[in-house]
Amino acid sequence: MKWSEFFVTGEPLIYAADVAIVLTVIGIVFVLTYFKKWKWLWDEWLTTVDHKKIGVMYIISAVLMLFRGGVDALLMRAQLTAPNMKFLNSEHYNEIFTTHGTIMILFMAMPFIIGLMNIVVPLQIGARDVAYPYLNALSFWLFFVGAMLFNISFVIGGSPNAGWTSYFPLAGNEFSPGVGNNYYAVALQISGIGTLMTGINFLVTILKMRAPGMTLMRMPMFTWTILITCVLIIFAFPVLTVALALMTFDRLFDTQFFTMANGGMSMLWANLFWIWGHPEVYIVILPSFGIFSEVVSTFARKRLFGYKAMVYSIVGIAFLSFIVWVHHFFTMGAGAAVNSVFSITTMAIAVPTGVKIFNWLFTLRKGKIRFTTAMLWSLAFIPNFVIGGVTGVMLAMAAADYQYHNSYFLIAHFHYVLIAGTVFACFAGLHYWYPKMFGHILNERLGKWTFWLFMIGFNICFFPMYFLGLMGMTRRMYTYSEGLGWTPLNVVASVGAVLMGIGFIVLCYNIYYSARYGERDMTGDPWDGRTLEWATSSPVAHYNFAITPEVKDLDAYWEMKKSGKGFEIDEEKLKPIHMPSNSGRPFLISIAFFFAGFGLVFKWFWLAIIATIFIALGLILRSFDDDDGYYISVDEIKRTERLSGKGA
Amino acid sequence: MGANHHHETFPWKHIVGFILSLVLTFIALWVALSSGWTIKAILGVIVTLAVLQAALQLFMFMHMTESDSGRVQTINMLYSFFIAVVVVAGSIWVMWFVL
Amino acid sequence: MAEAAHQYDETMPLEYRTEESRLNILGFWIFLGAEVVLFATLFATYLVLFQRTGSGPTTSDLFEIKDVMIETLLLLTSSFTCGLAVFEMRRRRLSGLLTWLLVTLLLGAGFITFEIREFIHYVHEGATIQTSAFLSSFFVLVGTHGAHVSLGICWMILIIIQLLQRGFTPRTARKVFIVSLYWHFLDVVWIFIFTLVYLTGMVM
Ligand code: HEM
Ligand SMILES: [Cu+2]
Repeated sequence: MKWSEFFVTGEPLIYAADVAIVLTVIGIVFVLTYFKKWKWLWDEWLTTVDHKKIGVMYIISAVLMLFRGGVDALLMRAQLTAPNMKFLNSEHYNEIFTTHGTIMILFMAMPFIIGLMNIVVPLQIGARDVAYPYLNALSFWLFFVGAMLFNISFVIGGSPNAGWTSYFPLAGNEFSPGVGNNYYAVALQISGIGTLMTGINFLVTILKMRAPGMTLMRMPMFTWTILITCVLIIFAFPVLTVALALMTFDRLFDTQFFTMANGGMSMLWANLFWIWGHPEVYIVILPSFGIFSEVVSTFARKRLFGYKAMVYSIVGIAFLSFIVWVHHFFTMGAGAAVNSVFSITTMAIAVPTGVKIFNWLFTLRKGKIRFTTAMLWSLAFIPNFVIGGVTGVMLAMAAADYQYHNSYFLIAHFHYVLIAGTVFACFAGLHYWYPKMFGHILNERLGKWTFWLFMIGFNICFFPMYFLGLMGMTRRMYTYSEGLGWTPLNVVASVGAVLMGIGFIVLCYNIYYSARYGERDMTGDPWDGRTLEWATSSPVAHYNFAITPEVKDLDAYWEMKKSGKGFEIDEEKLKPIHMPSNSGRPFLISIAFFFAGFGLVFKWFWLAIIATIFIALGLILRSFDDDDGYYISVDEIKRTERLSGKGA
Repeated sequence: MGANHHHETFPWKHIVGFILSLVLTFIALWVALSSGWTIKAILGVIVTLAVLQAALQLFMFMHMTESDSGRVQTINMLYSFFIAVVVVAGSIWVMWFVL
Repeated sequence: MAEAAHQYDETMPLEYRTEESRLNILGFWIFLGAEVVLFATLFATYLVLFQRTGSGPTTSDLFEIKDVMIETLLLLTSSFTCGLAVFEMRRRRLSGLLTWLLVTLLLGAGFITFEIREFIHYVHEGATIQTSAFLSSFFVLVGTHGAHVSLGICWMILIIIQLLQRGFTPRTARKVFIVSLYWHFLDVVWIFIFTLVYLTGMVM
């Protein structure tokens, strides 16, 4: 391969990105060296196995990826604002919608959710850590290097360009030579392995490490949704693993799975992709439901209405979400029988989803509502998500879908569920749990600015797209001609996108502003919360709970407060706490994964083999590792507790 | 706690399991190659035999139901078989129109 | 991880004694659930594609029952001997455990040898992974199983070394138990390969 092919050349935008990347790297290295922070970085972050820090790293990565995906989105909107624009050419547009979709779903939405669950779940169930802290670090770093591998594609070698669904034959060697789609296959594979391990880790954590007294039916709703999400991850991600592996084989070793000759069947890719893909959308939406449930019940000061109905409905979703996948390709030609069955199952899954809307509405009814930023996001979620849901049921009718399929109607639908569902939830959760992560509150006034800018911008951007779809505008088209009458609505949509972008900037500013001037949370319970995480100090001590709490009620901490005691720590009862040791190995193994992946992308098999040997070495060392962790002494616990004002 | 902590001196359970799995294998072999039944019947029988043999491994060799997590382990396996059937049967059914 | 991580419960088999071990064993079961789905997807791919042979050979051109039966019997027996290893471990007989693990390992190596020979044989007949959709899916399905078995062999060697170094500890006992789960599971997968790939291929 020539160097001129190795680095992407020829686009001013790309050169600007090259410069920006180099400058950022130099900047980071300079700051770390100047302030002598390398050791801090290594000791506190790169080697940590603490679920709270891992969660914070997930969220930082997710916000970065939201930025990257958002820039992609704005570029696309810029190109589509007026007819016959010359801003992006068709090839570049293809690359951008592909990276936008893939990054938003796999490297933004999922890690944001996983970050929140890392921070919150062990606290909500009264545990000291997750079941496998070491594995947790490995999961994070695998996700992270997968995301980095995917992201460098646009400056090294070229981006994938066959859509986030990467359908064959388009994604095959014949129509997509070059390395772009290798990045897709390999980067998603690496981060997918991390996600699968997270699923197993949290399932076992929730099943086995709950505080005494916390029966399944006393589990906070967020924890319940994560439990079911883990089940979906565990049983859906292996399908993606295989599909991507087959794609890799087709692209690197010329196998015939999805090819056009020798018996290959390109449509099988679509089938496998969506067997994973539909559960995947529930993986990002169920935790959002959990976040909204927590926020709504806290700020309405009421117990969640219909808790049991909600639990049954999410358990129902765990089954149903595996038997609806064909609704993504009704138009492929599988025939009336297949389409009818999947049309019916799809409408059926709307029922347990709809049930929950009423749960939230009845929780709000007659509640003493406090309009905090987190609550605003949750309240806005309800009507916006209903719009997305109703249009989803329209798409579920197989016959009607022949009209809507692959139009902007679909684009509007899934952004209404993904943004109003997942993104709103991530922002709500971020504001709500921020004090637990950093010890201070995100500024409410700036938070509300973000909310109004983003929420209004979102509707201005995506509501017109329903009509653009009905007017015949299809997805993934890079430009359109003048006489079609699409121009006004496209202009409106782009204005909305800019408003969302400004909202995002205000959010980033808020993070900076609050770190400097934000209100410290001294109590550990700034919102008058109901669940166990609010019984800890803010930020949370390394070991979470000095003594394991006893749970007597669904709203465990609320019950403690009502009974007048709160969560008392009796110093007599303190015992040394066992904690796992930090390890740099997960980070190093993941780096080896990065190089193995890079080798595969460019078919430099020598590199892939060397890196794989390093991975194996890391695993063997782990197997012989006898580290049993360490104990935190009672004295140290006492000191920490007194400092945080919690100790007696 | 279901974990059996008996001190058997002879591995009866394993030997019975092993013999049964051999028997099932050879029945399947005979059904497939020498029975002369219709293809549908053959497929039905050998798949059933395979499922039986898998269950045998899970219960007799892998002690699936033992320990205080026995219930979770069992539900987990049942659910994974449910998904496996959905994936295999579903894919064949959905892709039937091209086959 | 609670303090309980280091409390022993004497009434249980060694591999279940610590909280950490119990968590790991449960986690491994759940991982096996994911593996079931992984292999199910490979089976689905194979079953959709196996009659799409292009200009290459078909199943009945290729498969020979003798080789398949040898592989099957080797693996079935290794699953049995692996069960005996755990049985010996629960009777606290280190030498018995080591012997049966070694036998299992050799049977596994035998299986792999025959499988590689089978693959080489096919390739010599011109049936490579690139020939047709059928052969791509065949090699990837059966090869993935074979890769799992090979990995299992390496893993067992590591555990044997640790047993020799440290003898019975809650940790080594747990590792033996988990590798045994893995090994039995691979036998389960093979039963389905035997049935759905080889027998079905010879019938159709
Ligand atoms: C920040 C505001 C956002 C804007 C302005 C935006 C805009 C767009 C646009 C213009 C397209 C391409 C339409 C086409 O040409 O076919 C698109 C596609 C897509 N977007 Fe977004 N988007 C945003 C956020 C998100 C989020 C948060 C997610 C997911 C969590 C998401 C997921 C997707 C997906 C999956 C696609 C399809 C990509 C493909 O066709 O392969 N978007 N978006
Ligand atoms: Cu779907």
